[in-house]
Order: sequence, then C-alpha cells, then structure tokens
Amino acid sequence: MDKRSRLSVGPVSVAISPQSLMVTGLIFIACSALVLLALSIGSVDIPPATVIRSLLGTENGPEAFVIEVLRLPRIVMGFLVGAALGVSGLILQSVVRNPLASPDIIGISGGASVAAVAFLSFLAPSVGSHWLPVMAIAGAMIAAAIIYLLAWQQGVTPARLVLIGIGLSAAMGAATTLMITLSPITTTMTAYIWLTGSIYGSDWDDVSAFLPWMAALLPLALASGRTIDLQEFGDTLATGLGLAVQRNRLLLLFLSVALAGSAVAYAGAIGFVGLIAPHIARKLVTRHFTALAPVAAMIGGALVVAADLIGRTLFDPLDLPAGVFVSAVGAPFFIYLLFRQRY
Amino acid sequence: MTTSAAFSGAISNPTGYQNPIRKLILGLVLLAMTFCASLAFGQTSVPGDTLFAALFHFDATNTQHLIVTGSRFPRAITATLVGAALAVAGALMQALTRNPLASPAILGVNAGAVFAIVCVSTLLVTSSMTLLLWVGLAGAAAAAVLVYSLGSAGGGGPTPVRLVLAGAAITALFVSFTQALLVTNQEGLDSVLFWLAGSVSGRPLDMVLPTLPLILPALMISVLLGRQINLLMSGDDIAKGLGQNVVRLKALLGLLVVCLAGSAVALAGSVGFVGLIVPHMVRGWFGRDHRWVIPGSALVGAILLLAADTLARFIIMPQEIPVGVMTALIGTPFFIVLCRRGLSRG
Repeated sequence: MDKRSRLSVGPVSVAISPQSLMVTGLIFIACSALVLLALSIGSVDIPPATVIRSLLGTENGPEAFVIEVLRLPRIVMGFLVGAALGVSGLILQSVVRNPLASPDIIGISGGASVAAVAFLSFLAPSVGSHWLPVMAIAGAMIAAAIIYLLAWQQGVTPARLVLIGIGLSAAMGAATTLMITLSPITTTMTAYIWLTGSIYGSDWDDVSAFLPWMAALLPLALASGRTIDLQEFGDTLATGLGLAVQRNRLLLLFLSVALAGSAVAYAGAIGFVGLIAPHIARKLVTRHFTALAPVAAMIGGALVVAADLIGRTLFDPLDLPAGVFVSAVGAPFFIYLLFRQRY
Repeated sequence: MTTSAAFSGAISNPTGYQNPIRKLILGLVLLAMTFCASLAFGQTSVPGDTLFAALFHFDATNTQHLIVTGSRFPRAITATLVGAALAVAGALMQALTRNPLASPAILGVNAGAVFAIVCVSTLLVTSSMTLLLWVGLAGAAAAAVLVYSLGSAGGGGPTPVRLVLAGAAITALFVSFTQALLVTNQEGLDSVLFWLAGSVSGRPLDMVLPTLPLILPALMISVLLGRQINLLMSGDDIAKGLGQNVVRLKALLGLLVVCLAGSAVALAGSVGFVGLIVPHMVRGWFGRDHRWVIPGSALVGAILLLAADTLARFIIMPQEIPVGVMTALIGTPFFIVLCRRGLSRG
C-alpha cells in the first residue's frame, strides 16, 4: 500500500514517501532555475549560457566579474537567509503548535531590531558597521532568553510563550521607534531599510561569516526531527512517549532563535519568510519534520531571492530592499492559506 | 445622599462595589486635574493664575498665553479624546470577545488604520482630516474583520491565544505594507514616523473637530449599552433567552469599536496598550458591571493618556518621547503579568 523507503544517516532516520521525494526534487529544480534567472538579469542582462560558463570557471570577462563578485554572493546570501528563516519558522510552529507563530511575530526579530537600531543610531559612526551582525545576534538571543524566562512557571507552555513574545515585541517595537525618531534623519533611513530587510551589497565575506552558522545549525535541526514530530503530539502524550518535554523545548527554541537571529543579523528584519515558507512546505510534502525541513528551506530561500530580484530589477535604477517584496508577494498568499486551512 | 442611595438601590450591585457615582465624580476631578497639569507643565511651566488668565482673559501678546491656548490646549483635548476612545474600544472588545487580552492595538485594528492612512497620505499627498478619518475607519474595519474571522477559523471558536496570534499576524502584515510604502516614499518619512509612533502634539483644533461628531456619539452609545453588555457577558445563550438580539448587539459593538479605534488612530497614530490596561484597572475599581465600567474606562483612559503625555515631555528634555512609546513601555509589564496570571489559572 504505502510505498515508503527508509533513509538512515546517523541520528537522522526517516520514512520517505516517493511522492515527497519527487516534490522535493521538483522544487530543487525550480530553485536552481530561479537562481539562474536571478544571476542572468539585472541592470546588465547576461545570457544564461554565459552564466553557466562563468559558474564553471570557463568564462573570464566583465560578465564573469558581474556574476561572481556582484550577483552570486548576494543571491547565495539571500538563499541562505531565506532557508534559515524558513527552517526557524518551521521549528517554532511545531514547538508552539500553532501555524501563526514565526520568529518575527514572537519577538526574536524584535530583539535583533532593538540592538541593531541602537547600534546604528549611537555606535556605528564611531565603531564601524561590521559589528552590526554581532549586535543583532546578541539582541535576538537576549530577547529570546527574556521571553523564555518570563514565560516560565513550572515549565513553559506554548500559549504563554506566544503571548509573552507578542507583548514583549510590542515593547521592543516601541523602543525601536523611539530610537528612530530621536536619531538624525541620515541614520533614520539606514535603520529603516535594515528593519525592512535587505541583502543589498552582500559580498563573499558576509557569506563566509554566515555559512558556519548554517553548517552547524541545519544538520542539528535535521537531527532533532523526531523530537520535533513527537513534540507536536502535545505535552502529555510526548512525555508518555518518553520525551523530556521541557528540555527538548528549550533546545528546539534555541535552534530556532539561532537560525533566525543569524539570518536577521546579516539581512535585516525580513518578515514573513518564517511564517509562509513552512505553510507552503506543509501543503507540498508529508507532515514529518525531516521531509518538511528541506522544502521549507528551499521555499524560504526562493522567496528571498525572488523578492530581491524584483527589488533590484522592477524599479531599476532604484534598488529596493528585498523585505518590501517578501511581504508584497507573501502576504496575500498567506491570508489565502489561512482562510483555506482549518486548524 | 438620597439620589446616590436611589442609584445604588437601582443598581443593586451584587459584587458589593458601593457608590460608583462617587467614584465617577472622583474620576472627573482627577481628569480635570491632569488636564490642567497637561496645560501647565512642559518646557516652559505656566503658573496657575496665568493659566486661568490664558483661558478666560486671553491676551494675544503674551507668549505664555499663546503656548497654553495655541499648542497645549488642543493637545490636551486630543489626549483626552484619544484616551477615552481607545479605553472604551478596549472595554467593548474585551466584552465582545470575552477575552481579557483583547484591545485595538493587540488585535491589529490600529495597524490596519495606520496602514490605510499612510497609504492614502503618501499616495494622494493629502492632509484633509475628514478624508483621513474615513480612510482610517475603513482600515480599522478591514483589520477587525480579518482578525476576527482568522481567529475564529476552524472549530472551537476564537480562544484568547488564537485571537491574539491572528492579531499579531495581521499587525505584521499591515506593518510590513506600511514599511514598504515608507521605504519607497522617503520624503515624508520623518514626519510620518513621529505620527506612527503615536503622538498627540501638533494637532490644531480644526483637525480635532471633524472627529468629534464620531467619537462623542460612539462614547455615548457605548455607555448606554452597558446593561445589554452585561447580559452578553453571561453567555450568548442566556442573553438570547433573556430577549437580547445577540447578533445585532455584537454587530453594533463591532461598529463602535471600529469607530472609536479608527478615529483615535486618525488623530494620534498608533497608541498601544491604553485599550488593554484601562478596562482591567477599571474593573478592579468599579467591579464588573458594564454600566459603570464603560464610563469609568472613558475617564481613566483620558487620565492615563493625559498623564503619559505630560510625563513624556520631561523624560528626555528638551526632546519629547512619542506618547505611544510611553504607553507601550508602561503597558508591556502589565500585559505580561496578565498573561502569566490569567493563563496559569485558566
């Protein structure tokens, strides 16, 4: 009946339905096509054949420079950021057991925003902006820790976590607005673009700083797939099945925060990716974390790359922040999904 | 004494809260005091006699008189109206959804109004208050409908957590739309930002006047609906059994919330947490009878916003903190305590 093959790599072990595998393959192909498209169009259009040749290293011309130095790092960055946010949202929605949760809604991005805007308004002129990601990650972590501690009452329940996160993100939003209104207009714009989320001007240095995070966190997320699936049954059942619920919840939250925090640190507070990507993934493949995670990652990556592509081509010569179009593309779709879905 | 005895007899308040009339009068006195404080204190303090002279024997050559009547008086009026409107909107929402965490800001109604207003004012470059008012109302209504239907989708009806999450999601949606508009239209960013943060300063009286025909009747109707709301609070079925047209009442309450919250946002931008915390404070003070909770909320909301606005002038002199930031910073701890207490019980 159910033709499933088992895949085991170390702690990762999952029953994969051939259908999910096929869908994942198709999405991979679609993502590759999107990346190719994003590499070839821009203020200078380059034919796809040239793009492929320069990726393979057989092309040395001005076009190779445009692709390898200007476009590729930006696209890789966008894809990685989107993937991190997608997986982060997926973990969070499972932990909280509510499909409306996401890192930006429960205050993780809010913490990063407060730290980043404080840095941009008060410290950046004297210290230099390369410390921005460090500050943003620290902000996200501190915010998450505060939310967790405030939600603690003989353990943390998902509902309390969400409510306290929403409450605190309102306060952090107020603090961010306060700093923005008080700072001079030049930093106001920088801060505002950061808040919207942009991968403008990402270079290989940024990518290589961000890559270790992803290399460490994504396998860890995949390895905890079974825990995540168990967690979804509810506290009582999961405890009965032998899961240390509170400890695992903390671990999973940490994973989610680290993924979202590092992504936000390099790309600004891009919203909605963490909310939408998991929804789309759930529509496409079976509801097992190990099957969902790669799809959510690819969808998230594709969303950011597509939004950035629109931002830099549609209003040429203006280069608008990717975050603007993530919500423009994602929001109507999100509302449609929510109204169709019964949860 | 006879009148107040007659009143408390008519109320026959079962919870033992006596003399709400006296409390309302006390609230009025407090309101008058904070109103005067809001006129008197600021970067230049105005002594009491000058204040009275400015109000009753206006002298156009006196700078202090000009400050009082030109900038502080409209500002105090704005704060009073906005505070009362938001607090009553919050009280109605909490009754309508039977949800202690409901309030215009948390459930995304403010964000909807803000987006609609930013949209129209940046695209059409208009500052006609009447137009912005209606646009704000439309935005508030759209957000309210979206959040309520989102929160009650699926079985089980709208639980507090569901509604709040739906509100947060819709808020995120409208906020990102607003951000997108502002990033692409950078000219007006600075002034819009201060308005967005929630501010009652710089609203001349002729901007305030168009909202009066909306806010005042909505407040009056809300006060008069107290008895019906009490019935509604005891459950839909009981209210129906007692002859209440529940559907019509709920629709009317929704309409009132949209009117109050939408016009408050059109006047002052997004001022959060007033609608959340004031009804709770008032219920602690007046009991659970909505005939008193609603007028009480109007009074306490106005007092709170006037006080927050007056305080906001002193914290980082010579600059001012937007009053919306003040209320958010005051309100968050309250919200968190509420979440911790309410959910551990329920």
